[in-house]
Amino acid sequence: MAKVLMKGNEAVAEAAIRSGCRLYFAYPITPQSELIEYMSRMLPKVNGTFLQAESEVAAINMVYGAAGAGRRVMTSSSSPGISLKMEGISYIAGANLPAVIVNVQRGGPGLGDIQPAQGDYFQATKGGGHGDYHTIVLAPASVQEFADMASDAFDLADAYRIPVMILSDGMLGQMMEPVEFKEAKTDEEIAKLDNQHKDWCIHPKEEGEAPHHNEINSLEIDPRVLEQHVLDLEKKYKLIESKEIKVEEYNINKDNDMVCVAFGTASRIVRSAVDQLNAEGKNIGLIRPITVWPYPYATIANALHDKVKKVMVFELNLGQMVEDVKLAVNGKVPVGFFGKVGGIVFTPEEIKAKIEENL
Amino acid sequence: MQVIATRPKSLTDLQFTYCPGCLHGVAHRLIAEAIDELEIQDTTTGVAPVGCSVFAYKFFDMDMAEAAHGRAPAVATGIKRARPNMQVFTYQGDGDLAAIGTAEIVHAANRGEHISVFFVNNAIYGMTGGQMAPTTLPEMKTSTSPYGRKTDDVGFPIQVCELLNTLQAPYYIERVSLLSPADILKAKKAVKKALTYNKEGRGFTIVELLSTCPTNWGMTAIDSLKWAKEKMVPYFPIGKLRDRGEE
Ligand SMILES: Cc1ncc(C[n+]2csc(CCOP(=O)(O)OP(=O)(O)O)c2C)c(N)n1
Repeated sequence: MAKVLMKGNEAVAEAAIRSGCRLYFAYPITPQSELIEYMSRMLPKVNGTFLQAESEVAAINMVYGAAGAGRRVMTSSSSPGISLKMEGISYIAGANLPAVIVNVQRGGPGLGDIQPAQGDYFQATKGGGHGDYHTIVLAPASVQEFADMASDAFDLADAYRIPVMILSDGMLGQMMEPVEFKEAKTDEEIAKLDNQHKDWCIHPKEEGEAPHHNEINSLEIDPRVLEQHVLDLEKKYKLIESKEIKVEEYNINKDNDMVCVAFGTASRIVRSAVDQLNAEGKNIGLIRPITVWPYPYATIANALHDKVKKVMVFELNLGQMVEDVKLAVNGKVPVGFFGKVGGIVFTPEEIKAKIEENL
Repeated sequence: MQVIATRPKSLTDLQFTYCPGCLHGVAHRLIAEAIDELEIQDTTTGVAPVGCSVFAYKFFDMDMAEAAHGRAPAVATGIKRARPNMQVFTYQGDGDLAAIGTAEIVHAANRGEHISVFFVNNAIYGMTGGQMAPTTLPEMKTSTSPYGRKTDDVGFPIQVCELLNTLQAPYYIERVSLLSPADILKAKKAVKKALTYNKEGRGFTIVELLSTCPTNWGMTAIDSLKWAKEKMVPYFPIGKLRDRGEE
C-alpha cells in the first residue's frame, strides 16, 4: 500500500477499523476530536457502530458491554475524559475483558490545557482505577507507530483478555506524517474474530450449541474467591511481563558516555539531541520504552556499562517515569531528570544542553 | 400428575438471597416467566445493577452481565449494539437508576435504545442499609434522613416514568406495583409486554415496579405493603404513561 499523509488521530482510527474494530463509543474532547469524527464518518461505511455517548463514563461502560459480548471495541479520549473512564477500566480489568482505549494526552491537572503532555503516566501505568490491576500501555512515538499499535492493541487485548491503552499525546494526535496501513481484515476474518470468545462471552445460543450461562462480572463477595481471582490476574500480569515488553535501544553500546530514557513524543526530541551530540563525537544512547507497562527494567539495567556515570530521563511531566528508571538502575548510578509541563514541549537544543551539563 | 406451577426455566436453581418479605424475588420471577412464555431464553441477556439485586446475574439462567453502579443502561447499550439479535434487559433499583445512573437512563431512553428496563422502586437504598434514595418520600425517615426527608433541603422524590415520558423516543412506559396478588398479575402483563416489544424490535421500554423494603423500612412485610399502598402509590401513580403499540 502506498503511504498517505495523515494526522495521528485519524491514522489510529483507520488502523483500528482495518484491525476489525466495528464498535466505537466515545465523547468529544480536544485534542482527540479528529479520532471520534473519523470514526463517525467511516464506521457506518463498513456496517460498524459509531455511538457518541453522553459521557466518558457511559462510553467506557458501553465498551464493557460490547467487550462482554465478545467483539472488538474501542474508545478514545484525552486526559480529563480518561479520568472518567477509570471506573470502567477497573471493571473491564476485573471482568477479564479485552478492550482498547486511546488516550491523546493533554496538559493537566484538572481541565489543564489542550497542548501535548505526558502527565497521565502514573495513571496509565500504575492502575488509575481502584484495585490491583494492570492495563497494557503502548506508547507510540510516530504517526506510523500510533497506527501500527491499533492492531497490536487488539491482538494483545484478545490474547490476554485485558484492557490495552495506547498512551499518545496531543502532538502525535495532531501532527501529520506519512503512514502505511496494513491490509484491512476481510469480513470473514472479522466474523472469525467476533466468534473467538464464544466460550465465555454473551451471545445467543446457536443451533447445536449447549445452553450457556456466561457471566460478565467483577464481583466476588467471598474473600477467598476474590483472593484467588486477584492472584489469577497477577499470574496473567506476570506472563505479560515475561513476554510482551517492547523497547527500542538507540545507539546503546558498551562505550556509551551516558544513557537517556524517554518515551513517546519526548523521545523524538531527545533523539534529535542525541544525534547531534553523537555527530560531534560523543557516544550517547537512548532507551525508548514502547510498552510503558510492562516496563523494560532489564533493558535499562543492562545498558549501564562502565563509562555510564549517569542516566538522564526526559519527559513532558515532572518526572513520573523517573521512579521506574530508578527501579531499573537500582542505585548503580545517579538518575537525573529534565521535563516540561503545561503543554510546553522542550526543544532539541534544551535537551542537548541538559545532556552536556550532566556528562 | 399435572404440574401447575414450577420454577421458571429462565431462573437458575440458586436460592434467592433476599430478606423475608422482599419483592425482588417476585420481580425476578415475573421477568423469567415472561421470557419463558415468549420462548426467548436462548437469545436474551440481562444486566444486573449494584444494589440488593446485584446477584441477579446468578439468578437468571442465561448470559448475564454485572454492571457498575448506575451504568446498566450503558452496558446494555454496548451489548445490544454488539449483539443486535439478542433481547437485552436491565434490572435496576432506584438508587442505581435514579441517582448515580440518571445520565445513563435518560440517554438510553432518549436514543430509543432497543432494551427493556425493569426498574424496582422501593424508595430507599436497600443494600447499603437504608439510606435516602432519590425516590424517598417527603418526611420519610431513613438512615441518612433521620429527621425525615426535607423537601426544602433535598427536593422531592423523582418520578422517573413521568420524567422519561417527556422524551420522544421511548416506546413503552408503564408503572405497576407488586403490592398485592392482583397487582402482581397486572405487573406480569406489563413485563411481558415490554419483552414482547423488545423481541419485536420496537424500541425502548421501561416498567417501573413499586416495591417495598421491610428490613430497612423497619416494618413487617404486611405493614410495608400497607404503607406502600398508602404512601407510595399516591405519589407514584400506577398506570401506563405511554404505549406506542396501542396508539
Ligand atoms: C460507585 C459506587 N457507589 C456506591 C456504591 C454503594 N452502593 C451499593 S448498593 C447502593 C444503593 C442501591 O440502592 P438501590 O439502587 O435503591 O437498590 P436496592 O438495594 O434498594 O435494591 C449503593 C449506594 C457502589 N457499590 N458503587
